[in-house]
Amino acid sequence: MAITKDTIKYVAGLARIGMTGKELEHFTGQLDRILEYVHELKDLNVSGLEPTSHVMEMKNVYRADRVRPSLPVSEVLKNAPDKANNLFKVKKIIEKI
Amino acid sequence: MQYETVIGLEVHLQLKTKSKVFCGCSTNFGSPPNTQTCPVCLGFPGSLPVLNREALKLAAKVAIALDCQIAKKIRFDRKNYFYPDLPKAYQISQFGQPLSGKGYIMIFVHGSEKRITIRRVHLEEDTGKLFHKEDASFIDFNRSGMPLLEVVSEPDISSPDEAYAYLRSLKSILEYVDVSDCNMEEGSLRCDANISVRKAGSEKLGVKAEVKNMNSFKAVKAALYYEQLRQIELLDSGSRIVQETRLYDSVRNVTESMRSKEEAHDYRYFPEPDLVPFDLDPELVRGIGREIPELPGPRKKRFISDYGLSDYDAAIMVSDKALADYFERAVSLYKNPKVVANWLMGDVAACLRERGGAIGGLNLSPEDLTAMLKMIEAGLISGKIAKALLPEMIETGRDPGSLVKERGLQQISDEGIIEKAIVEVISENQKIVNDFKKGKDNAVMALVGKVMAKTRGKANPRKANEALRKKLK
Amino acid sequence: MMELNSLTAHELLVLLKKGDILPIDICNSILKAVDKKEKKLHALATLDKDKVIERCAALKGKMDLQSLWGLPIFIKDNICVRGELTTCCSRILNGFRPPYDATVIDKLKRNGAVLMGKTNMDEFAFGSSTETSFYGTTRNPWDMERVPGGSSGGSAACVAADEAIFALGSDTGGSIRQPASLCGVVGLKPTYGRVSRYGLIAFASSLDQIGTLTKDVEDAAILLRAIAGYDEMDSTSVDTPVPDYPSLIKKDIKGIKIGVPKEYFIEGVDGEVKDAVREAIEEIKRLGAVCEEVSLPHTRYAVSVYYLLATSEASSNLARFDGVQYGYSSARAGSVIDMHKNTRKEGFGDEAKRRIILGTFALSSGYYEAYYLRALKVRTLIKKDFDDVFKRYDAIITPTSPTAAFKIGEKIKDPLTMYLSDIFTISANLTGIPGVSIPCGFTRNSLPIGLQILGKAFDEEAILRIAYSYEQATEWHSRRPEL
Repeated sequence: MAITKDTIKYVAGLARIGMTGKELEHFTGQLDRILEYVHELKDLNVSGLEPTSHVMEMKNVYRADRVRPSLPVSEVLKNAPDKANNLFKVKKIIEKI
Repeated sequence: MQYETVIGLEVHLQLKTKSKVFCGCSTNFGSPPNTQTCPVCLGFPGSLPVLNREALKLAAKVAIALDCQIAKKIRFDRKNYFYPDLPKAYQISQFGQPLSGKGYIMIFVHGSEKRITIRRVHLEEDTGKLFHKEDASFIDFNRSGMPLLEVVSEPDISSPDEAYAYLRSLKSILEYVDVSDCNMEEGSLRCDANISVRKAGSEKLGVKAEVKNMNSFKAVKAALYYEQLRQIELLDSGSRIVQETRLYDSVRNVTESMRSKEEAHDYRYFPEPDLVPFDLDPELVRGIGREIPELPGPRKKRFISDYGLSDYDAAIMVSDKALADYFERAVSLYKNPKVVANWLMGDVAACLRERGGAIGGLNLSPEDLTAMLKMIEAGLISGKIAKALLPEMIETGRDPGSLVKERGLQQISDEGIIEKAIVEVISENQKIVNDFKKGKDNAVMALVGKVMAKTRGKANPRKANEALRKKLK
Repeated sequence: MMELNSLTAHELLVLLKKGDILPIDICNSILKAVDKKEKKLHALATLDKDKVIERCAALKGKMDLQSLWGLPIFIKDNICVRGELTTCCSRILNGFRPPYDATVIDKLKRNGAVLMGKTNMDEFAFGSSTETSFYGTTRNPWDMERVPGGSSGGSAACVAADEAIFALGSDTGGSIRQPASLCGVVGLKPTYGRVSRYGLIAFASSLDQIGTLTKDVEDAAILLRAIAGYDEMDSTSVDTPVPDYPSLIKKDIKGIKIGVPKEYFIEGVDGEVKDAVREAIEEIKRLGAVCEEVSLPHTRYAVSVYYLLATSEASSNLARFDGVQYGYSSARAGSVIDMHKNTRKEGFGDEAKRRIILGTFALSSGYYEAYYLRALKVRTLIKKDFDDVFKRYDAIITPTSPTAAFKIGEKIKDPLTMYLSDIFTISANLTGIPGVSIPCGFTRNSLPIGLQILGKAFDEEAILRIAYSYEQATEWHSRRPEL
């Protein structure tokens, strides 16, 4: 398959990575080659196979409903690029999901 | 043109656990910003989730109470999207193998019963909370990672009134199983609606709008009435409806398009590698089922058959578990269910409305209420006195017996005292006496009223009536 | 007497116990080596000398009860250390100091180890050469023109160059074993779930595992014992007892059954590598093991499966770096969406962007089934290959890497060629099994060659036993580069 620049542009948007036209071009070419390579998986018959999302067969790992100490609020915000009044601060949000 | 409305509701419910769903932070409401957070619920790099067993248990309890088919094996998935209140930029949710499949809720609208199908129930984590100010937005992550249950209905709901009834029924069941505070103002219960209209009888669904930002059941109803009308007017005028998200403005009672350049929704769900699968073995599910009390549906049937309540009265009595429990306790003390129900729906409900709050928080025990009812039955106080007495009992929390004694409110049945009052009333109201004598029979009621006034309401009205008639014969 | 920095952990423990040396002596020796070599080598991301000396002085506890008491250790830069810079060698985590310790760090501290600094790595562990680090490229101590491998290239290089006694790394597709092979040290990737991942900044959560880079097999056993074990903070860590590796590995290997997969000796594997590995197999036979050819037929698909799964998980794991809570945040004006886009454009390097884009694509609507889901199913086939072989064999032996260390810049412009250099290590991550790379020879250019031993899930003991026996019978591990 040949992947198009439009697809990469759409995907970069989903991943929230800004890209110049030149970068788009560059990545489209490289990803096209990689996808061409992984195309070999199409040769295999996978019908009836269970997907392996977890490699160890484990189940039912819980914790008890017990409160543990939270972080001090100063630690919570220490790394924040922008903050005010113990809150994280971002540009005014106009867009909604 | 005749139209039909098609509504589906998505309810999010915070479960009442002590700690968050994937970490040990407290779930207390109203703590100072970002004080109930840790690397896990802040989504700090390197942190990992571990499921709170109680959250899964409460979630299963709801699913069982809604008669949902509980899955044998469940998994969590990541729902990927960017938003500043979502610290990992994915929400741990359930997609492919959710907690449950279909179930249902019975609703009662305009005297008839309808079954609304629940599509699925699944467990997920809540997001942080955003505050918008003039020039910036702010984030508090205390809410991030609270256990959240999503209950999605099929689009079986065909009017705003039904939507309202659905929410009332759902809330009632949730309160019975005691898994959530169900408080829309505090955000422990949230509701979004999908609504579309179509030509009556048409098979094809109309274009839907998603309505958000409703913070009470009444707001849901109002928003849906507005949106229903808006869509019908658009269609009538030959316009087309745009699929979009609309926000309800409760002040102006309108819904408005968000008009944002919405990005395509592509959540890229995939199995959450950091959590292992969970088995809900049938024995465990049965165990959880045994913890569920009698639910409003069956309880209503029992109230009708055991206590002889009307369908309407029974529905009101069971709608609130605390009220139903109160009713049953009271009936066990005073065996006249209809009278108890009338008082609870009438004067007690009025006091509740005036003061706000729920029956459980009222300063009136079933013992005191029924003691008062017994005093009426025994002729010790009049119904009128009782009505005046009730707010005072609630105000002071005192029993009716001691209050009546202290205020001297016992009904007067002493014929001597009544006789004296009657003599005075007759002499002071000759005109009315004449009317009566001329054959205007109900004039006697006016005289009874005067006697009651003279005795400050304490005379037994039946006795006063009899004595007056005797005197004037 | 040899310099302390060139000794192994178990040798130093003997000296410490006898009271011949103090922890500060080891630290000073390390710091001296760093002063001398680090300018050329560039194996470290951060090192605060004053802090290290303070930590040495503050060491408390008892040597007899703490298995790593007094031993200095370096940590890969993707493992969280409370209050210390932890950046995954990426601009996007610029200045990030975690408010908590990874579980392995907590265990190291409780075992009395002295935390030194952070080692260089490919950005977010995306790479096989340590060329994608925001801090610049680490050199191979055997040849300054060549890469140390990656992504734990800094950890492997500092151990090989005696700038360290041992170090922690992480392995998602070979990121411990491949650099160990290229630098001539011992690199162990434990079974998925053996060591807690809590505090390891995730690349691909279903594949990542923390492991060790050491000068010999006994040190790997000592360090693994210290960091292994169930952790209630990691749902995928396994609640199974941790054996006493340092004593168990000393048992002989007579009668142990080893499979040698024919698919690992194909075209494209360097002749010198093949010869060295075959010679090592002969040696292992002489030690009493039974080695037979086996087949892992789906090996050729491992790279495709790996790059789809690893990038898919990575695209999700790295979404959180959006400039709101920590790290780099673009100052350019615009909306929040613009801020996200600019932060990630300016904060991530090329390889990170490439993998995020690939993974986002593989999960996106319309492609999920053809790519991500199909890859998960082929993973099932690869796992079955290994399950079948492990029914009859205790371990599998292969080359670690198809070639010895390659030149800096040789593969960085061609991502696919770089990805193919992981071909022999990837399967262990896809199947969760443990693997160790040990030195087994040198090329004519004096570059180390690595032998990979793979074992059954949670049977680190078997592969370490084979590795230990072989190491006892050979001298490769004791050779050191001259810088």
